[in-house]
Amino acid sequence: MRPANLNSHGVDDRSGYAAEFVAALLDPERAPPVFISGPNGKAATKRYAVYRNNVTVSLINALAATFPAILRLTGEDFFRAMARLHVRTTPPTSPLLFEYGRDLPEFIERYEHARSLPWLADVARIERAWLDAYHAADAKPLLPETLAAIPPEQLGGVVLTPHPAARVVRSRYSAVTIFAANRRDGPVPRIDAGEPEDALIARPALDVVVRRLPPGGAEFLSRLSAGEPLGAAAEAASTSASDFDISANIAGMLEAGVFTDDRKGNEQ
Amino acid sequence: MSKGTTVSAAILTSAVAAALSSFAHAAPMTEAEMSAAMDAGKEKCYGVSLAGMNDCAAGPGTTCQGTSTVDYQGNAWTLVPGGTCTSIEVPGDRAGSLEPLDRDLPA
Repeated sequence: MRPANLNSHGVDDRSGYAAEFVAALLDPERAPPVFISGPNGKAATKRYAVYRNNVTVSLINALAATFPAILRLTGEDFFRAMARLHVRTTPPTSPLLFEYGRDLPEFIERYEHARSLPWLADVARIERAWLDAYHAADAKPLLPETLAAIPPEQLGGVVLTPHPAARVVRSRYSAVTIFAANRRDGPVPRIDAGEPEDALIARPALDVVVRRLPPGGAEFLSRLSAGEPLGAAAEAASTSASDFDISANIAGMLEAGVFTDDRKGNEQ
Repeated sequence: MSKGTTVSAAILTSAVAAALSSFAHAAPMTEAEMSAAMDAGKEKCYGVSLAGMNDCAAGPGTTCQGTSTVDYQGNAWTLVPGGTCTSIEVPGDRAGSLEPLDRDLPA
């Protein structure tokens, strides 16, 4: 294609060309860019469709790879239709495909055809957190001995450093059970979605672990992660859940590596 | 800790001590379904984390997949979820339905 051709359409720089080329990629209703053409100046709609298809399919496949439980729960056809709409309204902002899909849970919440599955968005949040935990920086989990070595009078003021991989997802539904049943092979049993479940997603070593938190656990870990001292976080957790078991929760957070061994201090 | 707090230093200290002893047994925080959830978090190729060697679990963008599927037009909307969601029961509501709802039908 001759430069004169480009200029006649007012597209005379590389970034302008790219912007024009990209504009219609995710919108099949839109005509291909005016400056592309087939042999002998014929329309290049089919040729341009190759690019449209590659972009759309690769992004839908990226979502399918990040959200395998959502795919299994909704089925291939439903998932791809939903993902296609999401891809068009929310194209990626990062060139790293494993970063894509952070907005999908909110999209699912608004998606009218998923209204009969009110738990679906929370399952998607756990899946997204799973991949974030997988790619998070490595850090040494806080050792039980480190905590035990702190003088009793200072324990309540201890502020812990969250492990980069640790995340909490709270749900009004049985999101952890549904997630677990659909991330493994084998039949999915009947599940009552009505039991509220909070998820802990962490990666103490190489493997991502997903656990259902006990009563008050989400409150406890969220406050600790936000920088509240141990005593205050434990109090808030026992206020939020009367059956909050403090030693079980401390054991659980140590075992799952929710915090690192890098203690910030013991401000009183 | 001041006297007014419900979680005293003594409670915290004994909680940490109890956590230490229970930690040795690696007791799960609740019961069976939690270990199931834990297992589910470990994908098929768990234990491998070298960059570029773990296509299975590392998410999209880690392989160079072809995109031969023709899937950009999407005019035939699929509106009814058809996967394992049918076995999930929502209290006071229907399970994930295989039947289209009236409101979902195209006008």
